[in-house]
Amino acid sequence: MSNPHIQVCNLNAWYGSQPALKNINLAIPRQQITVIMGPSGCGKTTLLKTFNRFFELTEGARLEGQVLVDGENIYDRAIDETEVRKRIGLLAQRPTVLPMSIYENVAYGMYIHRMKKNAREYKDAVRHYLELAGLWDEVGKRLHDPATALSIGQQQRLCLARGLAVEPEIILGDEPTSALDPISSQHIEKKLLELKDRYTTVIVTHTLRQAKRLADYVVFMYMGEVVEAGPASQVFNHPQQERTQQYLAGMF
Amino acid sequence: MGDFSPTLTQRQAQERTARRVVFVLSALPLVLIIYITAALFTRFWPLLEQYSLWDLLIGTQWYPMQGKFGFLPFITGTLWVTAVGVFLAVPPCLLTAFYLSEYARPLTRVLLKPVLDVLAALPSVIYGVWGVLAVVPFVGNQLRPVFSQYLGWIPLFSSHQPTGYSILAGGIVLAVMIAPFLIAVTYEVLMTAPQDWRLGSLGLGATRWQTIRYVLFRQSLPGILAGVVLGTSRALGETMAVLMVVGNVPQMPRSIFDAAYPLPALIANNYGEMMSVPLYDAALLGAAVLLLVIVLAFNVASTLVLQRVLARR
Repeated sequence: MSNPHIQVCNLNAWYGSQPALKNINLAIPRQQITVIMGPSGCGKTTLLKTFNRFFELTEGARLEGQVLVDGENIYDRAIDETEVRKRIGLLAQRPTVLPMSIYENVAYGMYIHRMKKNAREYKDAVRHYLELAGLWDEVGKRLHDPATALSIGQQQRLCLARGLAVEPEIILGDEPTSALDPISSQHIEKKLLELKDRYTTVIVTHTLRQAKRLADYVVFMYMGEVVEAGPASQVFNHPQQERTQQYLAGMF
Repeated sequence: MGDFSPTLTQRQAQERTARRVVFVLSALPLVLIIYITAALFTRFWPLLEQYSLWDLLIGTQWYPMQGKFGFLPFITGTLWVTAVGVFLAVPPCLLTAFYLSEYARPLTRVLLKPVLDVLAALPSVIYGVWGVLAVVPFVGNQLRPVFSQYLGWIPLFSSHQPTGYSILAGGIVLAVMIAPFLIAVTYEVLMTAPQDWRLGSLGLGATRWQTIRYVLFRQSLPGILAGVVLGTSRALGETMAVLMVVGNVPQMPRSIFDAAYPLPALIANNYGEMMSVPLYDAALLGAAVLLLVIVLAFNVASTLVLQRVLARR
């Protein structure tokens, strides 16, 4: 792959003495949707969390190897993890709205990074990102209501708007629709497809159908290892590894 | 059915008895409060027959032998010492709690928490001794000269007496005494904050400190205030440790380097002595009534404030 956006080199990770990732080598293409799939407990969420330095928030988590974003190791001592997390946004399994108003949720990230100069600019930006996440029509008239008053599907789109507002290059999604109803899931999937030309997107999922709907590039993991990775059409239609074939056939 | 009824009645009788017993036990605290208040008030009454309540409250002269009973110096002393203690304790305690819940590794937590619990369990007389041996000399020999030289023009920091037995010494001892308490309450409040708030904020590239400042602190404020209220109530009534370091001079304090005479110290120092002085007994129990009223009023007021803070969200 030429010019990958994220490159993982010899990555090993442990929770305590329990290995979670075993010698991962991987390249993730720019401005496409990469789907990481595999049975539960295979390490796909762990791998995703190493990309925005959330992995280290777990007690006893330890890691060796490199994760390069645009050729720069995000685990280098000189790298500020808050800068990494600004550049690489995360959509969690359940929406993690902050206990503030809808408006403040979107403005918060821009505010802590001092990205806008005055109230006018914040107001315009909040509107822009709510529109981008497809939420403006529903919340434009009640921006100062608490974000927790929204439905869970709306909350997830609010999290998307909030994440986009700090102008990331990469969007990570950790099973971002698994807590949502089918309609809300569709909303999110549609948005991710719309945005994929502008952002590099990495989605973890355990539903094969979602993987097929979204993926340009597929990573299949099993027991903490990457079994197979490649363009979606290749992995889905002509899997090279026996375990990938078994997984696609629904055998585990 | 007939076979069952005797046991059933027995069970019902048992249930009735149980209910009555637990009701009486639960009502006991309320009865005690009313009883104590009434008893104190009855003994306070003779003084109120001689003097108006207002004159007692604003009177600044305390000469029991001459029949002068002004409570204002004691009320002021209580409020000053408590205010200084709470003022000194709150900021560092909040920061400590933030450290423990947001920054510290589990090992640090496991080691620090028992230390705080021991601090909370120390008898107050030990704090008093520490106050006499360490705090009073420090205030008298170190702080007082420095403050009067550089900030002496501010009345609050001026110096009128040569020792360290002062409101500030009492405040420092109180601050240390209520600290474990404030830290524990704030820490518990922070630990109940959902992990999602932290992840949501950190995920946008916020630092820990920004997360504390903009998310956790704002949301935990009512709980933290409740902790401060409990700490303040405790400080208002703290007797022994304060009594040992505060100087016990019945005067109107003008500066934090002045000696004061809080209400609990007045009662503890004098009750049971010189009781032959007319109305002295009534005056001391009057001090107890005042202390009770201050603590109750403070608790009621802070509950109301807290409810308004909570209702606003």
